[in-house]
Amino acid sequence: MKLLEYEAKDVFRRYGIPLGLSVIAAKPEEARDASMMIGKPVVVKAQVGVGGRGKAGGIKPADTPAEAEEAARQILAMRIKDLPVRKVLVEERLTIQHEVYLGVIVDRTAKCYTVLASIEGGMNIEDIAAKSPEKIVRYSVDPLTGLRSYHAISIAKSLGYTGKKMQQLSDIIQRLNRVSYEMDAELTEINPLIETAEGFIAADARLNVDNNALYRHKELEAKFLESFEGELTPREMEARAMDLIYVEMNGDIGIIGNGAGLTMATLDTVMLYGGRARDFLDLGGGASPDRIGKAVEFILRDSRVKALFVNVLGGITRCDDTAIGIIKARKELGDNKPVIVRMMGTNEEEGKRLLHSAGIETDDTMEEAAQKAVKLARGV
Amino acid sequence: MKLINKDTKVVVQGITGTQGRFHTARMREYGTKVLAGVTPGRGGQDVDGTPVYDTVAEAKERSGCDASIIFVPAPGALDAALEAMEAGMDPVVVITEGIPVRDTIELVARAKQTGTTVVGPNTPGLIKAGESKIGIMPNQVFKAGSVGIISRSGTLFYEIAAHVTNQGLGESTCVGLGGDPIVGLDYIELLKWFERDPETRGVALIGEIGGNAEEKAADFIASGGFTKPVAAYIAGRAAVPGKRMGHAGAIIQGSTGSADSKINALRGASAAIGEQPVDVAKALKKALG
Repeated sequence: MKLLEYEAKDVFRRYGIPLGLSVIAAKPEEARDASMMIGKPVVVKAQVGVGGRGKAGGIKPADTPAEAEEAARQILAMRIKDLPVRKVLVEERLTIQHEVYLGVIVDRTAKCYTVLASIEGGMNIEDIAAKSPEKIVRYSVDPLTGLRSYHAISIAKSLGYTGKKMQQLSDIIQRLNRVSYEMDAELTEINPLIETAEGFIAADARLNVDNNALYRHKELEAKFLESFEGELTPREMEARAMDLIYVEMNGDIGIIGNGAGLTMATLDTVMLYGGRARDFLDLGGGASPDRIGKAVEFILRDSRVKALFVNVLGGITRCDDTAIGIIKARKELGDNKPVIVRMMGTNEEEGKRLLHSAGIETDDTMEEAAQKAVKLARGV
Repeated sequence: MKLINKDTKVVVQGITGTQGRFHTARMREYGTKVLAGVTPGRGGQDVDGTPVYDTVAEAKERSGCDASIIFVPAPGALDAALEAMEAGMDPVVVITEGIPVRDTIELVARAKQTGTTVVGPNTPGLIKAGESKIGIMPNQVFKAGSVGIISRSGTLFYEIAAHVTNQGLGESTCVGLGGDPIVGLDYIELLKWFERDPETRGVALIGEIGGNAEEKAADFIASGGFTKPVAAYIAGRAAVPGKRMGHAGAIIQGSTGSADSKINALRGASAAIGEQPVDVAKALKKALG
C-alpha cells in the first residue's frame, strides 16, 4: 500500500524525522490560509499516488497567500497520469545547500532490510545507480541486531559528513529505519533530504506498506482501497473489491487459472500461439464454486473478451467445483462467448462430465487449449 | 541442509485447521510418517488418530518428530516457525501464505543462526517421490525417478512434474521454494544438494518473474557448480511490468526481474529453455534418455 506524501510525512513526524512546516489543503482557499499560517514563501505540491508530478506541473512555488491560492486552484484542477488531484500540500520553501538521498528497502537477495544513501539526492535511485553507482552507499541490516547507532554513523560518514552534521544524519537514518521496521514498510524514502544551514529536513517522503502486514496497521485499512488509485485500473479496483487477484491487460482472451505460476504460464502459452491475453486472474488455492462463478462472470462481462480460457490444475482446487462455477456463470449470462476449459487433477472426471453435459468442451493439455482459445478469439 | 526421506518424522503445526487436517490425511496416504500435531489449547485431542500437543517441544518428547510443516495462519506463523526451530525441527516447511515480509526476514535470519533448513513461506512444500512428502502437492502426479525439481510456483510445478512423470523419467526430490519475495531455501543451495544426490540425474528449474534468484542460479551453473543437465521454464513473459502477478514476489521492478533476463542468463548457462511447460520434460527426456 502506497501512502501519499502527506500521509507518509504524518508518520515520519511521529518518529521525529525533521520536516518543514506544512498544511494539507483540499480547496484553493484552504491553501491560501495555509500559506498565511506558515508565513513564508511556500511550495504547493499535488498529492497523487504516482511519480513524475513535478514534470507534470504539479509542484508550484508561491510567495504570497494569493499566489498559493492560485497555484492550488491550478493544481487541483489537474489530472496527473490520469489521476485527479484531490489535495495539495502547502509547505514552507527551504533554502537548499545540498540534496541527499535516503531509503530503506526490503532486499530480496540479502534477505533483510537494506539502507541506501547517496549524496546525489534529488533524482531517483535508479537514475543515480545508472549514472554514478559508486555514489550509492548500501548497508544491509542484520535482522538479529538491527541497525545500531554505530552502523548509522558509518553510513553518514561514508557520505562524507563529519561532526554535528554526521550525527544529525545518522540520527535520521536510524529513525527512518525504525519507521520501516515498525510500519512494515517495503520501502521508505526521503528524496531529497535537504541540507540547510540549520540542519537536515525531509522535503519529500515515501512509505509503501507491505499489504500482508496491514492487519498490524488498522489505522491504514480505511484508506486501503483508495491507495490503489494510482496503481490499479478501474477494472482492477473492481476486482480487488471482489477479492479477486486480477491484472488487466490489452488483449482479447480472458484467462483464469489457479496458482500464480500456472496462470502466468497460461498467458505465456497463449502468447506463444499468437494470441493476446486480456487479463491475469488467479483463483488461488481451494476456490469454491461460488468464487469461481464470480470470477468467470467478471471476465465474461468484459466487452473486450472474445473467448475465455480456464486452466485449472486440481490440487486443493477441485475440478468439479470449477465446473459448477463455470456452468453457473454461463447460466447467468447466457451462452455469449466461447469458453475453453482445461482441467486436470482432483475430481477431474466429474468436472469434465458436468461440463460436457452442459455443452462445454474440455481439453487435456494447456497447449491444445491455448491454441483453441487463440482460434476462437479470432472467430475462426 | 536437511531434506526428507521415508524416515522423516513429521509434526503438523496447525493440524486442527481445515488445511492442516486435510493435508495431514493426504500426507499419510502418501506414506509420510506424520507422528504428531500441534495446536495450542488442543493438547490431548487427536486428529484422525494423530495425537495433538500444545507445544512442539512436547510433541518431540512424546512422538520423536524431527521435522515440521506449518499451516498456522499468517499472524502466528513466525512464532510457530521459531518454536519449531527452537525444538530442533529440521527441515521446517512453512506453507502459510501472506506472512508479513518483516516476519520472514526474522524467520530466515534465525534459521541461518540455528542451521535449520526452512522451505517457504508460501510454498507447496517438498516431496521425495515414492517415499515421503511434507507439503500439499497432489500425490498422484509424482513417481519415483531421476529428475529433481526446484520451483517458485505451486500448480505450475505440478504441471511440469506430471509431464516429467509422463515422459517415464519420474522424480527424485522436488522442492517448492515459495512465491514470496524472501524465502528460506533457494535455488543455489538446492543445486549444490542435487549435484551430490546420486538419485538425481537432471534438474527441472521452474522460475518466474521478480527478483534475481534465477540469474544467480544461472551464474552458479555457469561457474561449474552444477554439472548435470538442467531444463528451465520461466513464467511471466507476458506479464505487465510493475504489477504483482499473483505471488507477492512476482513483480518486475524497473529493469530487475523480467522473464527475458532470467531466460537469457539460464540459456547462457547452457540450460535448455522450455517455450511451454511440456518442453521441460521433453528436454530432460532427450538429455537423460
